[in-house]
Amino acid sequence: MKLAYFAWVRERIGIAEEEVALPAGVVTVGDLLLWLKGRGETYDAALQAPEIIRVAIDHEHVDHSEPLAGAREVAIFPPMTGG
Amino acid sequence: MAETRNSADLSATMYDGARETGHSTGASASMKDGSLGPGIPLDIRVQAERIDVGAVASRLAGSGAVGALVTFTGYCRDEGGRLKALELEHYPGMAERQIEKIAREAEERWPILGCAAIHRYGLIAPGDEIVLVACSSAHRSAAFEAASFLMDFMKTSAPFWKREHLVDGTTGGWVESKDTDDAAADRWHRL
Repeated sequence: MKLAYFAWVRERIGIAEEEVALPAGVVTVGDLLLWLKGRGETYDAALQAPEIIRVAIDHEHVDHSEPLAGAREVAIFPPMTGG
Repeated sequence: MAETRNSADLSATMYDGARETGHSTGASASMKDGSLGPGIPLDIRVQAERIDVGAVASRLAGSGAVGALVTFTGYCRDEGGRLKALELEHYPGMAERQIEKIAREAEERWPILGCAAIHRYGLIAPGDEIVLVACSSAHRSAAFEAASFLMDFMKTSAPFWKREHLVDGTTGGWVESKDTDDAAADRWHRL
């Protein structure tokens, strides 16, 4: 599965995207954020407050309860500030 | 961003015919820039280049059916001389898709005749435009309200992020999202 990061999430993790193989038990978006947070200091810094993080699966906004099954690209980013 | 609305404050005058819409038509490349998709012409663009506001607006008007055209342009402020530029990061692909989704929802809620929604990315200097939303309709209320709706959701659903570059040469922080923007978008769900 491809993960893409934007804005300060991208900066804190230190990379814009990566391919990951999900371990068993990572079923929902919320599970993914928790698993990523435990992958090291940079991830922990980016995902300190997972509740404010926004997630999109294949270019559509999703809630943290959304299942990851079938997702090709999961994007993780802060609240949007365009306009 | 300085907000120069040429519309009135609409919070008290929502369109009577607004209805719940839980979906929009699917996005596809063929529907972008307005020619082949269902419904009204849409001019959806995500670009680094300057926006020719007058040219976009004039393409939406003058058909004979159009009695009203509302445009909103958002500009980069200098923040009292502190700001050298705003950097706009975006998520290519998702940005276009979300803007089109918002525009299709506006098309379902109001009898608009044409719609443009253009957002820039990259470095934007104070005084330059960041975003343009324009809606045309037979009568003014639909154009005013659809444009306001579009702009509210451009701020909360389109994947763009602003960062400040300061005149002292440093890169400032990422701009924080505002609860007032969420509230502005939420009010459309309460109709």
